[in-house]
Amino acid sequence: MLLRLTLLFLLVGATALAIACSDSSDETLTIYSGRSESLVAPLFEQFTEDTGIDVEVRYGDTAELAATILEEGDNSPADVYFAQDGGALGALADEGLLAAVPEDTLALVPAQFRSPDGVWAGISGRSRVVAYSADLDESELPDSILDFTDPKWSGRIGWAPTNGSFQSFVTGLRQLEGEEGARAWLEGIEANNPTDYEGNSAAVEGVANGEVDVAFVNHYYLYQLIADQGDDFPVRNHFTGDGDPGSLINVAGTAILDSSDNKDLAERFIEYLLAAEAQRYFAQETYEYPLVEGIEIDERLTPLDELNPPDIDLSDLADLQGTLDLLRETGVLP
Amino acid sequence: MAIDLRAIAPGAIRTQAPPLVTILAGIVAIAMLLPLVYLVIRAAEGGAFVETVTDRSTIRTLVRTCFLAAAVGVGTLAISLPAAWLTAATDLPLRRLWAVLLSLPLVFPSYVGALAMIGALGTRGMLQDLLGPLGVGTVPRIYGFEGAWLVLTLFTFPYLMIPLRAAISGLDRTTEDAARSLGASPLGAFFRVTLPQLRPAIAAGLLLVTLYVLSDFGAVSLMRFDSLTRVIFIEYKSSLDRSAAASLALLLVAVAMLIIWAEAATRGRARYHPGSARRTNRITTLGPWKFPALAFCASVAFVSLVLPTSVLVYWVIRGLDAGQSVDFLGSAAWNSVQAATLGAIACLAAAMPIALLSVRYPGVMARTIEKISYSGYALPGISIALALVFFGANYVPALYQTLPLLIFAYVVRFLPQALGASRTSLLQTNPKTEEAARTLGAHRARVFGRITMPQVLPGLSAGGLLVFLTVMKELPATLLLSPIGFDTLATRIWSTTNEGLFTQAAVPAILLVLISAVPTTIMVWREQRIT
Repeated sequence: MLLRLTLLFLLVGATALAIACSDSSDETLTIYSGRSESLVAPLFEQFTEDTGIDVEVRYGDTAELAATILEEGDNSPADVYFAQDGGALGALADEGLLAAVPEDTLALVPAQFRSPDGVWAGISGRSRVVAYSADLDESELPDSILDFTDPKWSGRIGWAPTNGSFQSFVTGLRQLEGEEGARAWLEGIEANNPTDYEGNSAAVEGVANGEVDVAFVNHYYLYQLIADQGDDFPVRNHFTGDGDPGSLINVAGTAILDSSDNKDLAERFIEYLLAAEAQRYFAQETYEYPLVEGIEIDERLTPLDELNPPDIDLSDLADLQGTLDLLRETGVLP
Repeated sequence: MAIDLRAIAPGAIRTQAPPLVTILAGIVAIAMLLPLVYLVIRAAEGGAFVETVTDRSTIRTLVRTCFLAAAVGVGTLAISLPAAWLTAATDLPLRRLWAVLLSLPLVFPSYVGALAMIGALGTRGMLQDLLGPLGVGTVPRIYGFEGAWLVLTLFTFPYLMIPLRAAISGLDRTTEDAARSLGASPLGAFFRVTLPQLRPAIAAGLLLVTLYVLSDFGAVSLMRFDSLTRVIFIEYKSSLDRSAAASLALLLVAVAMLIIWAEAATRGRARYHPGSARRTNRITTLGPWKFPALAFCASVAFVSLVLPTSVLVYWVIRGLDAGQSVDFLGSAAWNSVQAATLGAIACLAAAMPIALLSVRYPGVMARTIEKISYSGYALPGISIALALVFFGANYVPALYQTLPLLIFAYVVRFLPQALGASRTSLLQTNPKTEEAARTLGAHRARVFGRITMPQVLPGLSAGGLLVFLTVMKELPATLLLSPIGFDTLATRIWSTTNEGLFTQAAVPAILLVLISAVPTTIMVWREQRIT
């Protein structure tokens, strides 16, 4: 019986192996996508239809996929990495695992939304916002994220300290307000007993559930929740805007792996993502900011030039480490 | 009652195990060591191992984590013991149906379970909707320790209940009858005669529960309880600091080893039950106790199965109302079933030689191999997945991201679920029967196939079911190690909940429950035929 089981197992394994090895063609682009399937799969299908290039996609968490590529090293099957945030791209760049993106493609994206070394390009942007309960009036909210340290917000704030976008925001805060300013803000918010959420969606749900009145999140989760749960979803977005640290823009970005044998296909893929059609897709389907000029945004968003977002290097890991240290010292992270 | 085996069957015990069994067990054990090797490599790279694991906040987290594991252990025992006994050994009405219903909570991935609990009990949840009109203002918040404890208890108790049921079905109840005939009360006989016989099954099940709690990420993250595994994930996610994460993971393994050692210590006196080959599986008549028994089973099934399922159904309806469409998930469902079936078979095949070695030829080597095989189970899935990414991509690229490697990952993660069941059922078989067959000239392999296997089959299928249900919801290894494009119901649920698309998440979650109900039902019904 044991023998029979083992034989069966080996047989099934060998069959699967044969199947797995038989369908690898050269005209296939392998993508590791930290952006979720429900958001980007239609775009990838369109890419195949328009260019004739087949894609194979592994979906996963942005950081876990970055860790996977780090472990795979030169043997990575991936040609392209599509990340939710700049920090993960920076980690791969630091290890020398990324190839240069062609100059003319990079030039489509404003300098602050691409890698300083030219190894990744931002594709779409998300603004930090204050999501607030529809029970509040927007005029009750301060114009700057800095003013939420006021004790009147005690017990009313939600945030997601483990989230990459939140940490980028703190990095921005350190650059704009200095180390001491950032520390004072974190301590001020901690003193207001904020509720920690696992991620942006959970925090917005927390506002909807009445657990907190405001949450510091990325702007686009709200619109997805409205699409899922209906227009009466009781949360609104407040864009602090006008150069406030609270209006920092995070990007989702793409890089080509240095180990890829399909760099030409990968370059065409990034070009495609920065062309008008794909940029419009991000504006309309994921409610994000297109990063290429001349694309209309969702009417509920404040335009980028009015937000006047602070300019920081989103992939600088040395900075990220400093942010994590600060978050631990202030007791925001365990 | 320590039993000297040699006194029962003189000459029956070989001190030397058959070489094939030893070799197979050794191969499995070496495979199980891979994640540990990887973690040691990564932890050593950082050079800050000692600082990381002796940090004050790390120690606090460790204590908190152990406390949660112990509390969940107590909770699951309180549910599983009565549930297993009622559904296996009494005339409880519809007891087979209850056995199925009370096994199914296992299939909820803990993050779905936690989401559903928040959906049901949260401040804008269904309970609030129901109670609001009755004047109940606010339902209590369920976050933190209480929330994590509740979710983990409700969705992991079947890890104890399923093997415990199998053990109760395989019990030799003539001893209980003897105790009764000598004047013991029913409860007295249960606690003094039956319970000690169940101790190996209880200890093995509790081991599965507590180690699962150590490794769980979904429930603790949504309930915002800082367990060690959550801190490990934060290391990976925030700073991609693989070396700090590896140091903490090694600490987790050390804790797991302590728990495993404790479990082994309780086994000492329960090495082997000399049950008669033919069992008399008598059914206890509940009489008027039927009603509280039914109430108990119904309330557990309600909270751990009906409530989360209705939240899921509510999400689908709400989403359809808001104009969302739902996909038919045929290929994801098929992939899930395929992976879970192969995972269960592979785990059983790998567990058998280890269980044989540890039950029939106990010794230092058997103990060591068995303990090693548990080491992967307490680790967060992401640590094991990355270990196999490292070894797979760099040393066996031909197998990397293929189905065989994925199944191998499931074996590394979930072998103990099959192992506990295999051990328990082997303990309940009597080697004397095998020896008799041997003296009559049967070959060792034939004895194994004709005598041993039929006796251990109910226990084995319980273990196989545990693995099947667990693989159905497995996420980190599936995401990173599956053949590219291989989506399962669990990966579907994950990718959609992540974006707050609850409608899209609810459909695969409901399918997960429905599909898992099939093998669970078959097993429960077949088991009844055997006895």
